Amino acid sequence: MLRGFNPLFALLAASVLTGPAIAEDKGRWGTNMTRGVTEVAHTTYDLHMLIFWICVAIGVVVFGVMFYSMWRHRKSKGYKAAQFHESTAVELVWTIVPTIILVLMAIPATKTLYHIYDTKEADLDIMITGYQWKWKYDYLGSDVSFFSNLATPAAQIDNQLPKDDHYLREVDEPLVVPVNKKIRFLITANDVIHAWWVPELAVKKDAIPGFINEAWTRIEEPGIYRGQCAELCGKDHGFMPVVVKAVPEAEYTAWLGERAAAAAKASELAKKTFTFDELYSQGEQVYNKICAACHQPNGQGVPGTFPAMAGSKIATGPIDAHVEIVVHGSKKNPAMQAFGEQLSEVDLAAVITYERNAFGNDMGDSIQPVDILNFKNKQ
Amino acid sequence: MAHGPQPGFKRWLFTTNHKDIGTMYLWFSFAMFLLGGCMALVIRAELFEPGLQIVRPEFFNQMTTMHGLIMVFGAVMPAFVGLANWMIPMMIGAPDMALPRMNNWSFWILPFAFAMLVSTLFMQGGAPNFGWTFYAPLSTEYAPPSVTFFIFSIHIMGASSIMGSINIIATILNMRAPGMTLMKMPLFVWTWLITAYLLIAVMPVLAGVVTMMLMDIHFGTSFFSAAGGGDPVLFQHVFWFFGHPEVYIMILPAFGIVSAIIPTFARKPLFGYSSMVYATASIAFLSFIVWAHHMFTVGMPVAGELFFMYATMLIAVPTGVKVFNWISTMFRGSMTFETPMLFAVAFVILFTIGGFSGLMLAIAPADFQYHDTYFVVAHFHYVLVPGAIFSITAGVYYWLPKWTGHMYNETMGKVHFWLAFIGLNVTFFPMHFVGLAGMPRRIPDYALQFADFNQIASMGAFLFGAAQLVFLFNVVRTVQGGRKATDEVWDHPQGLEWTVPSPAPYHTFSTPPAVR
Repeated sequence: MLRGFNPLFALLAASVLTGPAIAEDKGRWGTNMTRGVTEVAHTTYDLHMLIFWICVAIGVVVFGVMFYSMWRHRKSKGYKAAQFHESTAVELVWTIVPTIILVLMAIPATKTLYHIYDTKEADLDIMITGYQWKWKYDYLGSDVSFFSNLATPAAQIDNQLPKDDHYLREVDEPLVVPVNKKIRFLITANDVIHAWWVPELAVKKDAIPGFINEAWTRIEEPGIYRGQCAELCGKDHGFMPVVVKAVPEAEYTAWLGERAAAAAKASELAKKTFTFDELYSQGEQVYNKICAACHQPNGQGVPGTFPAMAGSKIATGPIDAHVEIVVHGSKKNPAMQAFGEQLSEVDLAAVITYERNAFGNDMGDSIQPVDILNFKNKQ
Repeated sequence: MAHGPQPGFKRWLFTTNHKDIGTMYLWFSFAMFLLGGCMALVIRAELFEPGLQIVRPEFFNQMTTMHGLIMVFGAVMPAFVGLANWMIPMMIGAPDMALPRMNNWSFWILPFAFAMLVSTLFMQGGAPNFGWTFYAPLSTEYAPPSVTFFIFSIHIMGASSIMGSINIIATILNMRAPGMTLMKMPLFVWTWLITAYLLIAVMPVLAGVVTMMLMDIHFGTSFFSAAGGGDPVLFQHVFWFFGHPEVYIMILPAFGIVSAIIPTFARKPLFGYSSMVYATASIAFLSFIVWAHHMFTVGMPVAGELFFMYATMLIAVPTGVKVFNWISTMFRGSMTFETPMLFAVAFVILFTIGGFSGLMLAIAPADFQYHDTYFVVAHFHYVLVPGAIFSITAGVYYWLPKWTGHMYNETMGKVHFWLAFIGLNVTFFPMHFVGLAGMPRRIPDYALQFADFNQIASMGAFLFGAAQLVFLFNVVRTVQGGRKATDEVWDHPQGLEWTVPSPAPYHTFSTPPAVR
């Protein structure tokens, strides 16, 4: 009903019809909330527009009277001031009428809120854990679990390369979900408070360490939906996007099967022996993806905040202590997380090997995935 | 009996005179306004285009945090206290504040608090970087070492505010001239009386929450650490129990200033005086029961969401009453638009727009989309910049002739107004758009679809910043000289402050005036 009046919506519809290039272009001048791809998102959008138009109507009346008065009742036009200064009747009217309008607003808002809070009877449960500065997704009831990191290269952020279309809103592994299924999200965090937000799903929920929040969605159309962390969570708060890929159910089931097989294969790999060069080159990739955010790509760290890797006491000291801090994190500084659960044994062995031999550390030693596995099992 | 100020710096260091202390508060607050403004410009410069150009993310977070803290605690609050110091005794016919020595102290601890806060920028690990709302555990376990200095400076600022409030309450309740009954007090005095009670109620809560942080950081407690059996959400409840009344602390005195200015330039008495008093009191009461609307996404039970949504929506009623009263005051007046009136009218318009977005934010299900986006940034800047900053500016232009004995330069005042008005809207209006389109707040870099409006906002910010230099120049020139102001200054303004000479003598109302 109100949607029909919205020129923004017409613009959006036009841009969808005239192709993605123009849609992208329109996106740069986007002025309104997305209608989204779920029933809750549509309802939220309608509610938003309803309140917006009520405010516009009130504004037209209030500012209309005000501008009329400013135009007509000027001393320069010789207007003589009236001296009235109170009226109980008028005061009562403008107390009661707004109250009635507010009640009318509260009714649809209350209904929508109850709908959003109904997390019962989900088809699928996904656990979402916020980390500084990435998301972890656990598909409950299966072995599939992975981290989703920012995929935009640092060179684009530092303006050395042109920025691609989904700059800062792209990840190495998106959250894959089926369409037309009720998906329940169990949202928590590992370190500080984050907030998981995808505007098109109209889901925004704080991820709080030690608490599990619930939210749900049922996506109507297949597609890729992008959002990002919405609660200040430290240095790279602006660099932890959320990407949701909604696919038909059959595709989802196939994907889940592949992921489960890949997980099994990864644990097989942990028993294999790698050469130094294999570990070093894989370690470089892991380092740049995971560690460089704080310790920096050149291993110099950020003085006073994040210690340097180059020449560090740990990376050039006994290897056991090095494994200990990477797997279990630092007791003194919570910013150094426990990566034991976040990375595979192969990645752990690779990155430790890399750190001991890169940045001029030249320790010449390395560690095998199986040693990491034994270290973990020993605890 | 009556004596003048001491010569040299001792005048300022040892003064117990409400006018001197008011002047110091105002200059201090202007200095902080410029400092906090420069930080805002660093933020806007970095956000001029996508990518990191000027600062790194860790420094960007320090800028957003310090900008918020300095503007709230260093610019807006001291400016209102400065105006209260200057005007309340003169408005109620009192010779000075009730507790003049404490008045001196409550000002002089402020520069130390802010010197300490600003010094954290030069410490190892940098300044506080967790936002002015400093949510735990980002501000406890994960904070830079400078957080301890931040906590101490908050304690000092709180002590200063509490002393200032006690002083204001004691002055208003005990020192009114005979015949100045409560319901005859100017609204600026009323709104400050209510504000002072809010301050006394909530500054200890702020002190409590930072003390709990201090305990968590240094003494092994776990108030806000889930791993130790604590609760990070508790932090937010305690913080916003302070924080929401704090928002009204920054706006109620503004209501008072505007309620003084509009009748003067409309040449018509304020419409609905008593309803203004009751509306202010209602807003103050409601401010204590709406705090969790800042936390709609933390996962409260639905009953909690509903309570805070309804209570928040209710605030629109007394706020609306105020706006309607101001417009009725203007209606069928005989208006002129000198600089104070321009700022006051802009206040009514833009504050109302901020009120509309506030009403939208109150709707909990819609807030799930708005929360922590630039829509919120746009909302509270529309409330605070035209609300607090414009009203303070309006008040300064309105009373400056009384303080200095000189008229300010009207043309320059109008130039200042239009630059500031255009700059403000160009800066903050596009933020509504990027917020709705999905840009979170407090990010140093953003996706490409937000680029154009951010560029516009950045240009507006520099215009707004430049406008303040015109203000500074105009005020300095007026202090130095200019056309003599009459005792009444304006066209038959109401209030005792206009019955004393311009400039107001060092001591006014040594004998109480007669109040009709």
